[in-house]
Amino acid sequence: MAANIGILKRPVSTEGVWGWITTVDHKRIGILYGVSAFIFFLIGGIEALLMRVQLAQPESTFVDAGTFNALFTMHGTTMVFMVVMPAGAAFFNFLVPLMIGARDVAFPRLNALSYWLFIFGAILMNFSFFKAAFPDVGWFGYAPLTTSEYTLSSSTDYWVLGLQIMGIGTTAAGFNFVITILNMRAPGMTLMRMPLFPWMTLIVSFLIIFAFPPLTIALTLLLFDRFFGTNFFDTAGAGADPLLWQHLFWIFGHPEVYILILPAMGIVSDVLPTFSRKPLFGYTTVVFAGAVIAFLGFGVWAHHMFTTGLGAWATAAFAGATMAIGVPTGVKVFNWLATLWGGSIQFKTPLLFALGFISMFMLGGLSGVMHAAVPVDTQQQDTYFIVAHFHYVLFGGSIFGLTAGIYYWFPKMTGRMLSERIGKWHFWLMFIGFNATFMPMHILGVLGMPRRVYTYSIDQNWAGLNLFVSIGAFIIAISIALLIVNIVRSVRKGEVAGMNPWAGATLEWAIPSPPPHYNFAMIPTVRSQHPLWDEEANAVEPPPLPEHGEPHMPDPSYWPIVVAFGITMVAGGLLIWQATTWVGLFVIAVSGFIGIRGIYGWVFEPVAEESAERVHAHH
Amino acid sequence: MQYLSGIDDHRTSTGLDNRKMLMWAFLGSDVMFFGTLIGTHLIYRNRNLSGPQEEILSIPITTISTFVLLMSSLAMVLALAGIQRGNMGQFRFWTAIVCIFGSIFIGFQMFEFTEFAAHYGLTPRTNLFGSTFLVMTGFHGTHVAVGILWLWSILFASYKGKIHQGNSLQVEIAGLYWHFVDIVWIVIFGVVYLIGAYGAEGRALEDAHHAARAVGIG
Repeated sequence: MAANIGILKRPVSTEGVWGWITTVDHKRIGILYGVSAFIFFLIGGIEALLMRVQLAQPESTFVDAGTFNALFTMHGTTMVFMVVMPAGAAFFNFLVPLMIGARDVAFPRLNALSYWLFIFGAILMNFSFFKAAFPDVGWFGYAPLTTSEYTLSSSTDYWVLGLQIMGIGTTAAGFNFVITILNMRAPGMTLMRMPLFPWMTLIVSFLIIFAFPPLTIALTLLLFDRFFGTNFFDTAGAGADPLLWQHLFWIFGHPEVYILILPAMGIVSDVLPTFSRKPLFGYTTVVFAGAVIAFLGFGVWAHHMFTTGLGAWATAAFAGATMAIGVPTGVKVFNWLATLWGGSIQFKTPLLFALGFISMFMLGGLSGVMHAAVPVDTQQQDTYFIVAHFHYVLFGGSIFGLTAGIYYWFPKMTGRMLSERIGKWHFWLMFIGFNATFMPMHILGVLGMPRRVYTYSIDQNWAGLNLFVSIGAFIIAISIALLIVNIVRSVRKGEVAGMNPWAGATLEWAIPSPPPHYNFAMIPTVRSQHPLWDEEANAVEPPPLPEHGEPHMPDPSYWPIVVAFGITMVAGGLLIWQATTWVGLFVIAVSGFIGIRGIYGWVFEPVAEESAERVHAHH
Repeated sequence: MQYLSGIDDHRTSTGLDNRKMLMWAFLGSDVMFFGTLIGTHLIYRNRNLSGPQEEILSIPITTISTFVLLMSSLAMVLALAGIQRGNMGQFRFWTAIVCIFGSIFIGFQMFEFTEFAAHYGLTPRTNLFGSTFLVMTGFHGTHVAVGILWLWSILFASYKGKIHQGNSLQVEIAGLYWHFVDIVWIVIFGVVYLIGAYGAEGRALEDAHHAARAVGIG
């Protein structure tokens, strides 16, 4: 068939740069996600440091107000969509198939497409820096303020289109992991024997496929308003509802918070048992608490809008739902503590980060419950108290949890251990730096310092705390530098890890590190929640190769990157269309053709180049 | 660890084919897309500052196009039944019917859009109704068009021997999509056309009652 399609033969080589560009191997895609997320983490971090330099002193002129707007917009957008989500995706990709005993995800090429859409969308959005300026409308992009009536700059168009493309990729990944986890489990791996990380991945994937559509539609409506003059957000001219965007955005935006935190919860739930040498306490409750959080997560969005005047009944209902969501979260915290209780605890770096996660996330959760009370929220709305709260959740929670995952699974991914000594320095510096940065923000918030202001005057008495915060931010930066040193050092000369360096209980530790491209030479049969603890005798040897040799895996493919390119350039064509109509239309037509042609090529591509020849031989 | 030989690589945990499950998951997600668009339309009902609104919707004409679309679902069922029994003639005939009926539906929609533009000056820029109604039904029309393209491709591939009784699952999955798009239209027809037009009439009646009372004859 490849011959019939002509242009592109299915590639067979997995070597070199082309091997990475055409890869459909979930482990390689996971590494691509991880490296990309880390690069954006550095970019988003630099944006944060620039803001902290500006705010370190009153009436500073380091950056101007416009630049500051761009900095907090790109810091938020980058950290949410280009760091924490793809970092989660890196772990989903690398680990979920290993942990459920599968050879790959359900749709390997769709998986590659998700990655390319993510990276192209991220590049498109950041490209606005060269064409106009960085987007400066906040990571939430509130319409009607983002309509062309109030925001002329095309940087907002880059923001909308970049986010849209990343969203398509994310949604595709959501489908992929729902199917993978429901349908690709090894024999005997029932849902209630799955480790917590794949469980949380399943829940996050469901959140993604139901929460991203409202965002996609909201962005489409805004796009139509900006490009084609529709009236969805035209409050003055057409009588549109000024709150429509806020509703649509937060119907997505609050589940998004759980999309960001549940992967970290899954990681911690798998790290704690390994280093306490006992099973997760109340496995079933932790699973169901995750599901309840996700379910309630769709019913609390208006707590982002308490000060918009929704009316007493609506406000009360959302306040109640928001307090209710604290219950399953609290259940999880107690389960984690009970897992540690009475265990023979080994204070390795992954456990330190997991403990950092529990303590810091709990503080963020508690200040969250404070805002569930409407009068308190009204007082704290748009102050630094809120900034402190969500950084305790997203940094103290997500980033600490994900870092625990890096230290825990780095040996599986690379075959080498990270240094414990540097790791502990990293942990303590990050822990101290994190609290030095974000704890004083609570106080600044209560003192009345508003979010998103680019400077403040000396007589407001915020200078001392702000300088303290800025110093804390640079301590975090040093800790991240230590992580880089640790990784670079370990990749070259780290201690060889072996199959199961932490004596973990789950399937990923039953195969060599790094795993062969087919993962499991033979598919394991699972008989308990802790296969490697319960069947210790057989866990030291990797699975034997079957008689007919290595398992066949799908060949690499060009089509995912071709389709992703087509989709991205349609968006690029729209941007050009605004400047020069016919050039834009031409680009849209050509890239639309490339995209559709890519889909047909994809559909008719054989699983492996050689199998096509085999079919031809039969004819 | 226990490694048993002879485990089928193409086995799935639930017994459902991955691709079929993918379509179900996609349709679940698509409900949210349409839900958001229909929700936006309903929120903006009767908020127009000027211009035409739902009273211009024609129930008789849309009833005909809705009927044609529903019949295309029947044809889809017969096409799938054909290929599952290995009756390629039946499969091809009814697949072509699905495409033709789908195209007739699109034709009605194009007629509706151009009529609204010609007679009432309604475009997506006119007012809130123009924006929400045209984008929502346009999004649905795009779904129908994608379905037609997909089914034509399947029909074409069947002549090249790439679609046959052995992979009738491909037809089944396209069929799931087609039926879903139909069901969404039933929701739009009910919620947007029937309730909308009834609401418009109801309001007119109410206005008449109020006017009658005001002049003392109600």
